[in-house]
Amino acid sequence: MDFGLSQDQVLLKDTIRRFLDAECPTSRVRSVMEGPTGHDPALWQGLVSLGVTGLAVPADFGGAGLELLDLALAAEELGYNATPGPFLASALAAIAIAEGGSEAQKKRWLPRLADGTALGTFALGEADGVWAPEDVVVEAKGGKLSGAKALVPNGAIADVIVVAARGEKGPGLFLAERAASGVTAGDYNGVDMTRRLSHLKFEGTPAEAMPGGLAAAGRTRDAALVLLAADAYGGCRRMLDMTTRYAKQREQFGQTIGAFQAVKHQLANLACELEPSLSLWWYAAHAFDAIRDQSERHAALAKSHMTDVYDRFARDTTELHGGIGFTWEYDLHLWFRRAIYDRSLFGDATFQRERAAGLAGW
Amino acid sequence: MDLSFSAEYEKFREQVRAFLAENWSAEDAAVEPPADERNALGGPIRVDPRATEFRRKACERGYLYPHVPKRYGGGEKSPDPLAQTIIADEFRKTKAPHEMIGQGPSMLVPTLIEHGTEEQKKQFVEGTILGKIKWCQGYSEPGSGSDLASLRTKGERDGDDWVINGQKIWTSDAQNADWMFCLVRTEPDAPKHDGISYILIDMKTPGLTVRPLRQMTGTADFNEVFLENVRVPYTNLVGDRGKGWIVSRSTLKHERALIGSASMSRRVFDGVALLAQFTNVRGRPAIQDAVIRDRLVQLEAKLLASEYHGYRQLTMSARGEEPGMAALVSKLSSTTLGYDVAKLAMDVMGDRGALAPGEPEAPGMGMLVSAYMWSLGVLIAGGTANIQRNIIAERGLGLPRDAAASAGRK
Repeated sequence: MDFGLSQDQVLLKDTIRRFLDAECPTSRVRSVMEGPTGHDPALWQGLVSLGVTGLAVPADFGGAGLELLDLALAAEELGYNATPGPFLASALAAIAIAEGGSEAQKKRWLPRLADGTALGTFALGEADGVWAPEDVVVEAKGGKLSGAKALVPNGAIADVIVVAARGEKGPGLFLAERAASGVTAGDYNGVDMTRRLSHLKFEGTPAEAMPGGLAAAGRTRDAALVLLAADAYGGCRRMLDMTTRYAKQREQFGQTIGAFQAVKHQLANLACELEPSLSLWWYAAHAFDAIRDQSERHAALAKSHMTDVYDRFARDTTELHGGIGFTWEYDLHLWFRRAIYDRSLFGDATFQRERAAGLAGW
Repeated sequence: MDLSFSAEYEKFREQVRAFLAENWSAEDAAVEPPADERNALGGPIRVDPRATEFRRKACERGYLYPHVPKRYGGGEKSPDPLAQTIIADEFRKTKAPHEMIGQGPSMLVPTLIEHGTEEQKKQFVEGTILGKIKWCQGYSEPGSGSDLASLRTKGERDGDDWVINGQKIWTSDAQNADWMFCLVRTEPDAPKHDGISYILIDMKTPGLTVRPLRQMTGTADFNEVFLENVRVPYTNLVGDRGKGWIVSRSTLKHERALIGSASMSRRVFDGVALLAQFTNVRGRPAIQDAVIRDRLVQLEAKLLASEYHGYRQLTMSARGEEPGMAALVSKLSSTTLGYDVAKLAMDVMGDRGALAPGEPEAPGMGMLVSAYMWSLGVLIAGGTANIQRNIIAERGLGLPRDAAASAGRK
């Protein structure tokens, strides 16, 4: 019975944290997010060399063969740092292929996703708020994809796209390359500038069916929910750290504002919300590999809960800062924006809770 | 991360089971309901001689009261939270008596072990942990709630005695208690935290009166205790004179991680989930209502977070890690959750929530209405929610201490 991190996991977090502290201060976050693609190959290479991109890729295909929990711990640290780029997108492509790909597909893509020479993404969402793999309408008939995908993480820079689509045998997963014929990709103007969202259109694009089908699509969605929850937790931690520090420095009425009970209590409420929530996403991440019958429901619970908490953090910490928190120059809005991304993508909190109710038989 | 127990602990579990099979039968279990059930029902704690005998044997094996030395009747074992969890699980399954609930075993005993004289330990510890001596806590006063250190109950030395005058309030179980451990101002000229002594008072002493205090729930679980020229031996002082504040705080060090603090909320939540499936509101089960479903899942996520937070604290404790913020938020987090779950219960009951506890037409005999009111009681008791927020902000986040609250404190 041990519900805590191993020494290796603590070390992993520290290593990523130290790297990002040194290499990715908010000045760099801002320059990357204001750049044309939202992607910085040099920063990405740094994450690759730490092993972040290969954490959950099976060892037979060039990865570390660790679990979703390890990947989620990385997501937490990237969330703390507001790291820009395709971490989530590429991680989900790797999970989808590891879960549902053929041997040939794994062999072709996993080593490249692990060593960072290829970027990937998971295209699940569609118009009208479709985030359930069984509800997709994009068609994959006769080895060709047609239709549009919405809100795809970093879709415009992905080399390989795992597409949830409706094939001859029903909904499942299909592999396409962005360079293939009939693909149109572009970025939206998204609230979170650190993680680009793309629209993809397929017109007779060649695609290979993945044998894992609908089940693998569901697993990848579950992984996405856990990784978003972990990102949200990291972001909350950062916002609490920044605001606590500010409350100890800022003086009004002749004292630091952190001495006022109104401020103390608002911060204490946030800490009280955040502290137990860690264990919920830890459990959900652990369940993905170790307690599979609880995995789907826990992913939905962790995502909905954690993004609700993040939303509250975003609003309360901005309010606690006063005017400075509302400026572009102050960094807090980087996380405010990431909170909106985390709650919007892969199905919002209300949708996840309705799923969880159904999964309980309610 | 591994949520199973190692082979070594599974073997320990077998030993505990064998001990239980030999020493506690289903027939015995019918005699003494488990502590948490009794707690929910209220009423005085009853201790059957069979339970006392069982506890004595369990102490000999080191299964109960590991922090109490053998010579005072305890289990005397080095702390092992995982073993404690297994013991608690197995004892619960067979409804075997676990450690006594109440403020005597949980607060007085650790305090006596750290600060008491040899005579005090011999006189009180074994009797208390076996349930023969029942205690109440004389801390709060009408004018001293959150600001406990402002207390005014006065103790003066008169020869070999203390003469005590004043009033205590919110005294749980005073009507059934044999003794009270009490904070008394004995040094009126000292700064407020330095003028208090920790004194043990026999509840049968002349001049001491207990008056039940009826709460908003309609029942009387608390009391007021009036002390008028109450004369107790000087040797009933625990620790040094004037050091009562520090003596009373030492109990905090002995408070074990709040494992299972979510258990009451879990019981109410499971009740609500069932109720929502079997209660019809305007012709269909409440569970089909989108708002009820949403709130139910929202609270379940918080409840699970709280339960897994317990696993995390257990692990930290087993590893010897400082619990820090994880422990500081426990009370506010679990009592807020309890309040939210009870509120949902009221909403699921709809109009039936208007029926009082005991009314046969009330769902579950009105237990959920009672839980709804009690959820506020526990939010206040033992340090209100706002006091908890101060603690989290000051000790957890390192924000400045409240100037008025820390006045005169070292």
